[in-house]
Amino acid sequence: MIVLNKEKIQIIREQDVVFFRQRLKEHATKIGMTILNQTKLITASSELVRNMLKYGGGGEIFIEVVSDRMQVGIKVIFSDKGPGIPDIAKAMQDGYSTGKSLGLGLPGARRLVNQFDIQSGPGEGTTVTIIRWKNGL
Amino acid sequence: MDRIPILKMGNYLLVTIQVDMYDRLALNLENDLVTMIRKVEAKGVLIDISAVSIVDSFMGRILGNIASMSRILDAETVVVGMQPAVAITLVELGLPLTGVHTALDVEKGMGLLRSRLGRDTIEEEEEEGVDQDDRSE
Repeated sequence: MIVLNKEKIQIIREQDVVFFRQRLKEHATKIGMTILNQTKLITASSELVRNMLKYGGGGEIFIEVVSDRMQVGIKVIFSDKGPGIPDIAKAMQDGYSTGKSLGLGLPGARRLVNQFDIQSGPGEGTTVTIIRWKNGL
Repeated sequence: MDRIPILKMGNYLLVTIQVDMYDRLALNLENDLVTMIRKVEAKGVLIDISAVSIVDSFMGRILGNIASMSRILDAETVVVGMQPAVAITLVELGLPLTGVHTALDVEKGMGLLRSRLGRDTIEEEEEEGVDQDDRSE
């Protein structure tokens, strides 16, 4: 996979989320991503950045424009140094929440993107990587 | 602190969301709306989201909460103008939004509210005309 462009955004407080979403939209628009795919990408990212703030104490996000054989897309990496997720399988279940929410963030985000990866463990922080291609489902 | 304006139109409250909502803003809206419903004894709430391109699980929960709280206060809620990409994304996200009525635009939303609220308001208006005291001393 080739990385064509890369941007790093710090997420410390709630207002940073607005800026992040705008930048993400700009990158997606620049590569001509369909509106539907943009919506899915930004919605998934919204879930993940919320997790980062709520559970991870903030962190860093990398937005990359990537190319893989014939596809072009956006890869977003959410990285925090928070407490980590003790049971990833449970966290990936619909409706499971440790924070009185709907529990749709992680499994929902996974459904909305083409590639999804999560690395986490107690005391290790959490890194979630997603890719949304510009075209297609 | 920013706040989303709430307009009063007769028995209804109208909210038009035109900015990128962050969590605090959404929570304030929920609070402000419910307070206003109680204060003016509104019978219906119209939330115009035609300018909103991202509805994530947090926002979805806020909409659901507003609908439930309004109902407890004897008011119906209609969400209008949902963008197609948002509707598709919400389904994939797994957000059912049960209890939230929808309509294509504000006009149809008002029509829906009127039909759901029945003839109550019309009968009230007719009674007010019969106000004279026609007893003779």
